[in-house]
Amino acid sequence: MTATLSSPASKSRTAKVNLAKYRDQVLPPLVGIIGFLLVWQLCASTNLVRLPGPWDVWMDERSRYLILHPWYRNSDLDQGLLRQTLASLQRVAIGYCSAGLVGIAVGILVGSSVWINRALDPIFQFLRMVAPLAWVPIALAALQRNEPAALFVIFITSIWPILINTAVGVQQIPEDYINVSKVLKLSKMDFFFKVLLPSALPYMFTGLRIGIGLSWLAIIAAEIVMSGVPGIGFFIWDAYQQNYVTEIIVAVIYIGAVGLLLDRLMALLQSKIASR
Amino acid sequence: MTNLMTVSSQIQVNREPYLRIENLSKTYSTPKGEYPVLRDINLDISEGEFVCLIGHSGCGKTTLINMVSGFAQPTGGSVQIKGQTITAPGPDRMVVFQGYALMPWLTVFENVYLAVQAVFPQKGQSEKHQIVEEHLRLVGLWEAAQKYPPQISGGMKQRVAIARALAIRPEVLILDEPFGALDAITKEELQEELLRIWNDHRCTVLMITHDIDEALFLADRLVLMTNGPAATIGQVIDIPFARPRDRERILEDPQYYRLRNQVLAYLYGSEANPEAHP
Repeated sequence: MTATLSSPASKSRTAKVNLAKYRDQVLPPLVGIIGFLLVWQLCASTNLVRLPGPWDVWMDERSRYLILHPWYRNSDLDQGLLRQTLASLQRVAIGYCSAGLVGIAVGILVGSSVWINRALDPIFQFLRMVAPLAWVPIALAALQRNEPAALFVIFITSIWPILINTAVGVQQIPEDYINVSKVLKLSKMDFFFKVLLPSALPYMFTGLRIGIGLSWLAIIAAEIVMSGVPGIGFFIWDAYQQNYVTEIIVAVIYIGAVGLLLDRLMALLQSKIASR
Repeated sequence: MTNLMTVSSQIQVNREPYLRIENLSKTYSTPKGEYPVLRDINLDISEGEFVCLIGHSGCGKTTLINMVSGFAQPTGGSVQIKGQTITAPGPDRMVVFQGYALMPWLTVFENVYLAVQAVFPQKGQSEKHQIVEEHLRLVGLWEAAQKYPPQISGGMKQRVAIARALAIRPEVLILDEPFGALDAITKEELQEELLRIWNDHRCTVLMITHDIDEALFLADRLVLMTNGPAATIGQVIDIPFARPRDRERILEDPQYYRLRNQVLAYLYGSEANPEAHP
């Protein structure tokens, strides 16, 4: 009797909880997005800015084709946006992974030696201020070809937060852990794998997460300047040259979505690995 | 027979104290000039003795034990263990830190194992495993062996730290206010546990504490420091209670209150501060 009575009651309670969760979690961003689209449409239709509104993007034949056919391929430079994005992501993966490896290795070195830190820190602080776009001509001049130059620009943009955060993480190893290692006379291997690495890991992940955002910013910048490589950056440049503004808007939405996705992915990895 | 007697008495005479602190001083160089922390510290500790250091904060107790553990170097005098001058930290003088100093990414078992493996690399894996198990059982934490430090209480963490320290068989166990951050009940439990373990192991213990009752319950000798700067040993008090000690019986002993008052009078009277009365 009680069971049959309590069951629908608890069901309606969970439904209520779900509804409350929906109201608190889903509704605000939804309102935000719709509001943004409305303001944008309003600005566009009153000619406040000379930009097509969201409705125009959807109605335009070229951009609607892009939205509906993300996977088409006619030639190297005429492909669906998902394909373009993947080409860019591939470059980001190569440049970013090498930045991660080199950044962590050099960061550990810099963090473990006061002398090396003093020697290199001014250079690092100087170089990290150079914007990705400024690296493009240097990379092109040095490497001659577009593809390696693009990879280098990603590498050099995303390495600094990884390197500097790793170095700080190594410098910040708690004194107690170092003292324990000294008393126990831990071997270099044990100290590295059981003390240094786990202790600096949260810092490394902070650097890696900042780095992945920067590398995605850098690839777009690099591709916009380097002509003739398939990728979402060059796609935007190409569309701009031919004055297809609605196409640019669709591509920008892709860029934002991918950037968000990459950041969330790193956050997830961070919470999985560096939670202790 | 006579021959034998002379030999044994000679051994008695030649016997070096186990841990000898001799004319020890420590001065820090600051931009404002030399700052003397400790001066003229002389203390002999025999093997298996339990010595507590007590004094006001900032009197250099930690500096003193840092020179015994080897983290700091004296500016004058020396610390010797079995005739050897101490120059660097080593596992023969294991330290139990106030903040426990357990690696949060290693389990309780792995924390102790890391120490055992570092100090006894030549031992086999099963033997090392056994040493860890034995010492975790000693502090009653074998059930928590697979837990991580953030998952256990402060008292349990300090038990792990003690197990880790004892597992590597140090000659001297150095404790820097080990129970300072614990609540009163856990503190008493751990004091009794430490005493029971020390009774079985009989290693030499040097411990800093702020707690007079703790020192009277645990120590053979109580070393009272004068206030800094340039602190030194003011008084050394022998604690006569028979071992194994029982807290209730000690509390009933009239000598306990006499000693307690003596220490209190020292710490809060003018004696700890000789500079005030030239």
